[in-house]
Amino acid sequence: MAGLTGRMSTVVKAKVSKLLDRAEDPAETLDYSYQKQVEQLQNVKKGIADVVTAKKRLQMQENTLQQSVVKLDTQARQAVAAGQEDLARTALERKNVAQTELQGLDTQVAELEDQQQKLTDSEQKLRAKIEAFRTKKEVIKAQYSAAEAQVRISEAATGVGEQMADVGLAMQRAVDKTENMKARADAVSELEAAGTFDDVTQLGGGEDDIDRQLKQLSSQPAVDSELAKMKAELGSGAPPSGAPDAPQISAPDAEAAQSQPSEGGEG
Amino acid sequence: MIVRISGEGQYRLSDSDGERLNELENGVVAIVEGANEDGFTDAFEALLDYVRTQGTPLDDDDLDASDVILPPSDLSFAEAGEEFTGEGLIPD
Repeated sequence: MAGLTGRMSTVVKAKVSKLLDRAEDPAETLDYSYQKQVEQLQNVKKGIADVVTAKKRLQMQENTLQQSVVKLDTQARQAVAAGQEDLARTALERKNVAQTELQGLDTQVAELEDQQQKLTDSEQKLRAKIEAFRTKKEVIKAQYSAAEAQVRISEAATGVGEQMADVGLAMQRAVDKTENMKARADAVSELEAAGTFDDVTQLGGGEDDIDRQLKQLSSQPAVDSELAKMKAELGSGAPPSGAPDAPQISAPDAEAAQSQPSEGGEG
Repeated sequence: MIVRISGEGQYRLSDSDGERLNELENGVVAIVEGANEDGFTDAFEALLDYVRTQGTPLDDDDLDASDVILPPSDLSFAEAGEEFTGEGLIPD
């Protein structure tokens, strides 16, 4: 069974010799190889730009989520101060979900950052090797017979080809990671579109589908303990639970505020 | 001998380092084949570190090909497993 090293070296060498098998006239092969190298360098640059774009998108989402966390925390405090425990709980549940998503995004941005750095380093090396190849190809064209040139081209092209394969692999890894990230970014977008991080004081009294789903997503003990902490901080002698008719902070939608959850249970 | 760490670069090592390199690699292979993730990261990192510390980095414009190519440092245990089982990078 071939080890890691065996397999990977073999792939690169196979690719390079495939390229050289097509060679007829050494001088032509040299120019063609160089032209291909320059083209691929352009592709690498585009690939890096894609990674940077993906990273920026995630960072924008991070900013939005951070703002939501601050807003929901403020609203939870206001609700506690007004003795509206249900509303405070809703705000904290949503804040909890936003924080969880934020942590996931943090990890992914850091991973992408790492990939980007590796790609950029690898691209620099590739550029240096292509430049070295350009110089060498002129020397080979001028100094060697066709048969000898073939050998020298092979040597030089292998060095460039290996770097090309390496940057290709780094690119593939970055793309794979970006694909994984799309799933999380899309999930965050969906939560945003569903109004998850909107102003909770606009919700009215009822519990909607989003709330039921969020209760499952958010870690209830964390919400409970944060609510208790908030109450202690604000020194509110909040009544024990089961005081449903506390005054609303703002109830722009009076009908919604009056409506009761249709299922009647505690969920 | 020239060793490349994917995503990092190439290093020149003396031929006598090959034996130790082989041992370290066999250690990683054994862990992956044993399908027990414990110790994988340490063993793989030890292999890469040996190359980094014993080797001298090649210049960026050096056109020499590598004798050995090691996977990138962020290789996961699952990815390492795929290298050994199934079809790997090239079907046998």
